[in-house]
Amino acid sequence: MKKVIVLFSIFYFLFSFINAQTLLNSKVPSTQIKTVNGANFNSTAFSNNGKPIIIDFWATWCKPCIAELDAISDEYADWQKQTGVKLIAVSVDDARTMAKVQSFIREKGWDYEIYLDPNQDFQHAMEIVNVPCTFIIDGTGKIAYIHNSYMEGDEKKLHEALLKVAGKK
Amino acid sequence: MKNILFAFIILFCSVFYAEAQILNGEGQIHGSIEIDAQYYKSDSLIGAPAVPEKMLMNTYDQLDYTNGRISAGIRYEAYDDALQGYSPLYNGSGFPYKYIDYKQDNMEVTVGNFYEQFGSGMILRAYWQPQLGIDNSFNGVRVKYNPAKGIYIKGLIGDQRYYWTEGVGLVRGIDGEINLNELDSVWGNMKTKIIIGGSFVSKYQAASDPTYNFPEDVGASAGRISIINGGFSLYAEGVYKINDPDAINNDIFQSGNGVLIKTGYSQKGLSFLVSGERIDNMSFKSDRAATANDLAINYLPALPRDETYQLAALYPYNTQPNGEQGIDGEVKYKLPKGSLFGGKYGTDLDAEYTVVNSLDTINLNDQATTDKGYTTKILSAGQTNYFKELTFEVQHKFSPDFRMIAQYDHEYYDMTVIQQEPGSPNITSNIGILDGYYSFSSAHTLHMELQGLQTAEAQGNWAFALAEYNFGSDWFIGALDEYNYGNPTAALRIHYYTVTGGYMHNALHITIGYGKQRAGILCIGGVCREVPASDGFTLSITNSF
Repeated sequence: MKKVIVLFSIFYFLFSFINAQTLLNSKVPSTQIKTVNGANFNSTAFSNNGKPIIIDFWATWCKPCIAELDAISDEYADWQKQTGVKLIAVSVDDARTMAKVQSFIREKGWDYEIYLDPNQDFQHAMEIVNVPCTFIIDGTGKIAYIHNSYMEGDEKKLHEALLKVAGKK
Repeated sequence: MKNILFAFIILFCSVFYAEAQILNGEGQIHGSIEIDAQYYKSDSLIGAPAVPEKMLMNTYDQLDYTNGRISAGIRYEAYDDALQGYSPLYNGSGFPYKYIDYKQDNMEVTVGNFYEQFGSGMILRAYWQPQLGIDNSFNGVRVKYNPAKGIYIKGLIGDQRYYWTEGVGLVRGIDGEINLNELDSVWGNMKTKIIIGGSFVSKYQAASDPTYNFPEDVGASAGRISIINGGFSLYAEGVYKINDPDAINNDIFQSGNGVLIKTGYSQKGLSFLVSGERIDNMSFKSDRAATANDLAINYLPALPRDETYQLAALYPYNTQPNGEQGIDGEVKYKLPKGSLFGGKYGTDLDAEYTVVNSLDTINLNDQATTDKGYTTKILSAGQTNYFKELTFEVQHKFSPDFRMIAQYDHEYYDMTVIQQEPGSPNITSNIGILDGYYSFSSAHTLHMELQGLQTAEAQGNWAFALAEYNFGSDWFIGALDEYNYGNPTAALRIHYYTVTGGYMHNALHITIGYGKQRAGILCIGGVCREVPASDGFTLSITNSF
């Protein structure tokens, strides 16, 4: 019980004394991830020249993740024409399945930018409990939309949100 | 514990109040909440025990603050009491994870708890996997330093989480990595991308055993290389550990080693990947008395694929740290759009074969002398086949509204070794799966699965059916039935049915369920825990902000 009180006081303290942002409207936190070639890369360096970015956390063993990226892939060219969006697919595959990521993507023919998060640092920094988890980053680099899980048709919701973020709706 | 907590809160507060230059950014607070609760009814037929508390709950709640170069965070966990299948040592609540992290251009320092991985993890990997009840985080200090372009060094020291306390051993590790292509422009312009790395990890644990003269310091070293050239890739890693008698290897004074090689080629629409692995006495724990998944310093990546379908995961593989060797090959091919069998959207084909054997060992019977236990022959297939699996998968989209996945699996499973249950049968099974998705409209979709598993051994044949209906774009209801129709004992031909419903909006997820769950094994990445049979209501809530 004491611990619950401590927890709540910390929450209260944080929210009342600091006018801090939550994940929405925040910039992408700084963590080290890897490119598919294994080079280190900082997550704050994502850029798309003032156009929106979709960050999609996925894994080669996650069926709904693959369904989502497949569904987006069919529409991706249209979305790019409409909004100039770039999709960054961050794989949370660990050491065991990480080597599969590159070949997986090539076989699928996905045109996404791919990064690896094998130590799940970025996943934790983005407070992701389960994959798939999708974020839209607006032209100023702030998180404008979060969606966890994928059900058939969710890509349409993502598209709606993307149009809003891009100011096309 | 109380003092640490108090010190931490003081630190936390002072960080926030400091008007120092390091807090030049805009403060951000992030967090996530996860609550899993279950109401249990006993059911002697399926082996669900009576739970005196009736209701049990696990929760994990993370809070992180970042501002400029500083970030800090805590995680509250409560197990009131721990859900069935989790160790009762988890019962209770507290803040097992707290950290402060400072970053500058070429350096990062973390104090408190942290997760880390060197290479593929065969020498060191601390990670959190709440579904498996695994948290082997370090409590100590970690420094990451980037002395020159392309050179990365990590060093750490700490002890490891053991439920609500810390393990008795101390772990020290250093890892260096050179990315040749980042070193200078000559390498930078090369088409071939090469990264080499090496690690050294040592653990210390005092020894006072009256019979054995245990080594107090145990060192391990590892080297790795990654080469990528266009579609070609090669990753190789080797690890060696000095003699490290522990509860897993029955206290033998044998050194350990492991090799992992993955090579592949891929181009648009086609990929090959071949992996080989050999593990010999590579259990590496910060307490030599630790068993199961407790206090692991390293992680041994399993070769077999992660099964996502219920019946394909009925007999899952568990890495054998005392010794195994295996090979895995996978080919993926996309029949192009517009071709005869590709249709309008293309068809994905996937074939994978895995075989894992024992090492070829000769027992030494040397308990009284060197006590090394055995010797092995390096390039020999081993006497026992632990696991074999052949998988074919076809995925086809028929129209914008309808797609299907079909999978066939042939599996051989040595239950005696993998589940460590002497006298268990070796199970050969054939599994067929059909998985379909249909959209009536963007807000109404249906997901159905039919699965069958046939085997003459163990509990015999199983059938599985699932239907899930999503509506109003945020809601879903579902029902599944797992039916053990081929059980040799007529009374155990039981329907394990579950109904679920849920709501998901943005990051919020709420799922409620009611039904029976069969006893089984849950594995993620070759690491497993037993899940007992249960009957009752479940509630799960996750959110992040």
